[in-house]
Amino acid sequence: MKISALIFLLLIFAAFSYFMARQKVSTAYRQRKQKSKILTLPKYFGYVAALTALLPALLMLFFLQMAEEPYINSEISNYIVNSDIEANEDLDLYLNDIKSADTPEKVAALTPEKQQVYQRYHEIETTTNRTITVIVLSLAILLVIWGMRRINTETPARRVFEKIIEGILLLAASIAIMTTVGIVFSVLFESTRFFGEVPIMSFMFGTEWSPQTAIRADQVGSSAAFGAVPLFVGTMLISFIALLVSVPLGLMSAIYLSEYAGSKIRAVAKPVLEILAGIPTVVYGFFAALTVAPFIRDLGQSMGLSVASESALAAGLVMGIMIIPFVSSLSDDVLSAVPQNLREGSLGLGATRSETIVKVLIPAALPGIVGGVLLAASRAIGETMIVVMAAGLAANLTVNPLEAVTTVTVQIVTLLTGDQEFDSAKTLAAFALGLMLFVTTLILNVIALHVVRKYREQYE
Amino acid sequence: MWSENTESSMNNTDLVRQSLKKRYLKEQIFKAVGMFSIVAAIVFLIILLADIFTKAMPAFSQTNIELEVTLDAGEIGVGTNPTEQDLMAADFRRVIRNALAKQFPDVKKRKEKRELYSLTSMGAEFQLRDMVIDDPSLLGQNIKVEFMADDDVDAVIKGAIDRTLPESDRRVKDQKLAWIERLEQSGQISKQFNWHFFSSGDSREPEMAGIKGAIKGSFFTLLVTLALSFPVAVAAAIYLEEFAPKNRFIDFIEININNLAAVPSIVFGLLGLAVFINFFSLPRSAPLVGGIVLSLMTLPTIIIASRSAIKAVPPSLREAALGLGASKMQTVFHHVLPAALPGILTGTIIGMAQALGETAPLLMIGMVAFIVDIPQGITDPSTVLPIQVYLWADSPERGFLAKTSAAIMVLLFFLVAMNAIAIYLRKKFEKKW
Repeated sequence: MKISALIFLLLIFAAFSYFMARQKVSTAYRQRKQKSKILTLPKYFGYVAALTALLPALLMLFFLQMAEEPYINSEISNYIVNSDIEANEDLDLYLNDIKSADTPEKVAALTPEKQQVYQRYHEIETTTNRTITVIVLSLAILLVIWGMRRINTETPARRVFEKIIEGILLLAASIAIMTTVGIVFSVLFESTRFFGEVPIMSFMFGTEWSPQTAIRADQVGSSAAFGAVPLFVGTMLISFIALLVSVPLGLMSAIYLSEYAGSKIRAVAKPVLEILAGIPTVVYGFFAALTVAPFIRDLGQSMGLSVASESALAAGLVMGIMIIPFVSSLSDDVLSAVPQNLREGSLGLGATRSETIVKVLIPAALPGIVGGVLLAASRAIGETMIVVMAAGLAANLTVNPLEAVTTVTVQIVTLLTGDQEFDSAKTLAAFALGLMLFVTTLILNVIALHVVRKYREQYE
Repeated sequence: MWSENTESSMNNTDLVRQSLKKRYLKEQIFKAVGMFSIVAAIVFLIILLADIFTKAMPAFSQTNIELEVTLDAGEIGVGTNPTEQDLMAADFRRVIRNALAKQFPDVKKRKEKRELYSLTSMGAEFQLRDMVIDDPSLLGQNIKVEFMADDDVDAVIKGAIDRTLPESDRRVKDQKLAWIERLEQSGQISKQFNWHFFSSGDSREPEMAGIKGAIKGSFFTLLVTLALSFPVAVAAAIYLEEFAPKNRFIDFIEININNLAAVPSIVFGLLGLAVFINFFSLPRSAPLVGGIVLSLMTLPTIIIASRSAIKAVPPSLREAALGLGASKMQTVFHHVLPAALPGILTGTIIGMAQALGETAPLLMIGMVAFIVDIPQGITDPSTVLPIQVYLWADSPERGFLAKTSAAIMVLLFFLVAMNAIAIYLRKKFEKKW
């Protein structure tokens, strides 16, 4: 039976259970003499009955479904090995051929040997599927019957129901943890496989990056090099340019908006910053690659400089502008958290507004501003589309902003978007880079969030 | 003594007075720098939008060439009463070629003929085929049809290729230019609004490429994202605001949420690739996986927005409900949640807008493939608007430049619309407690 049909059937069971339990309890209530003793509405008994039938059955279905594929795979592999069929291809590929034959024409196109395996596969699949259906349905039926017999007016139905709901809410809240764990495990697992092939030291400190593995051993560049230093330097160069643009502009616009601007300027400037923040990064990337980069190249040439058409400067500048709203809103938050009496004290002593800002407000807000800059740096390091479209692919080890450099995120994208088998060092390298990226941004974020939180507490 | 004191105080005042000019100047400079930052941001935004707008304009009109074709059944290779399958296999290209050859009888050489036939788009024959399939009675008639022009012709007509350049620097050679001008003079060339752009899928030919596939892909992806992230985020926010005890585990959850909000989006793509595609073997390039990945990514945004909306509901409401005998759960679901819903919805829409513009994680899970067919469900391979922009931006053909900008405009239109709805909701339902 198809899963959707099975789930539908389970829902019908649950609905049946609900009505039966409600009916039973309301009948019992009606026969009572003292109506004042009734504390729980009949529908709660229904809910509890429905959930007792539904939840365990769904869980069971989920686990069986998870176990189904490995089981079928191992069965069919056993069959292949035992029946002396020569699988000279990779076993996975062999199985894939058989599984992808979902129409009669495709089955007919298989070799006789594979057809035989296909028959066996089909049999196993049908039996497993039937077994799962039978197990889940009988479990559900048992639970419905059990629930019917157990539920009576003495059951603390509302408390049980509310506990179940609270459990579900807690589960939803824990998804954040599961996501983090998922990220850590997926990048860590693939990275350890990568570091099994490439020593971690040569990855972290090697200065040559050329992940192209040649197909034949005698080709030029047959040995791939995975020294990630050029990528780290490139990432830092572009992020540094971006921060150089965004921190002063973002901070100053936050200061101007909160300390000087009248309501009219605010009414224009705030939406502009919000729009800048809302523009997708791919749009910035397009603009950087097709408008800013050629402009900078032509400008450089007219001044007699040689500028690469995918210069780090273009990507960094546009990225900086993208981050302005981010820096600005963070700075706005921390500046407005500075107590008003500090401001008034300074102005009362005769300082001008700019003196108050530079000598009182900024020093007072410094931890918060530093936290904001760290968050902005983490944004810049992890930014992908702008650099993918506007920065280069060649791994040059340079700090000259007029040359093309590549970044960690660019390499992750190029390594993973080609048609690659999943196990090559090349694709695994992407996960190692992902690990570096995740760890770096995690450290920056944790420090920044901690600093900002401490800063807030200081003035609360 | 007295006079001395006055003198020194006079001196101090003088000192302050003297420095005042400089200090006020500094003040002015500081203020100007602040003003400059704001103006810089505004100017940049204007340049960005104007640049994209001007680049996009050509993509919204399509050049057509009107030709008179003879739909002779024998010529296209079908019998007198062709079935739809016969027509699908029929040779309509020949009919169009004949029409072009009739128009320019002086073209004889093989190479020149090939040039001539490239005046109309590769899609012209399908255009004709669809017309005949819709109305088979056209067979045997002489009809005038407006065929889609090739992107080179399109570029000449729109002025993207300068006709006055010397031939060696021009993409369209003199001979072809002469043909185009002859067609122009006889009034056979016309420009129309480019409906095709909104009604077709991707293509290798710039004039045939459309964004319907990408729009539908984005729609399905957002649908999955919304279906997953909204209930989970609201449930998580309710739990954290209303039920969570103060303990380490809850602290850990909160740290995780705050941190996930700052994890680079590409890392979520790696998660999707390793877990959902390789481990759970969900289909590649499908809106289903894209939606799951984006919902994990937007969860923190929606949770944070929902929490502040729930927090803004005044305690008196809760106390009244509890005082009347409602349970904690009833209080939350019957009273707090409805009151917080406008704020939650606003946060959700903003999260969805963020998901709509997201590109990097979807590149990782293979939504970057070249897909012509328009997706019909959440498991069909498809692409999304931002990735369509990325793909077209990478194409070398000139015609794609305008298409890219036009796709960006469509994307920005949807983003503005979503944000406008969010602002409207906020304004309409916002309550000051």
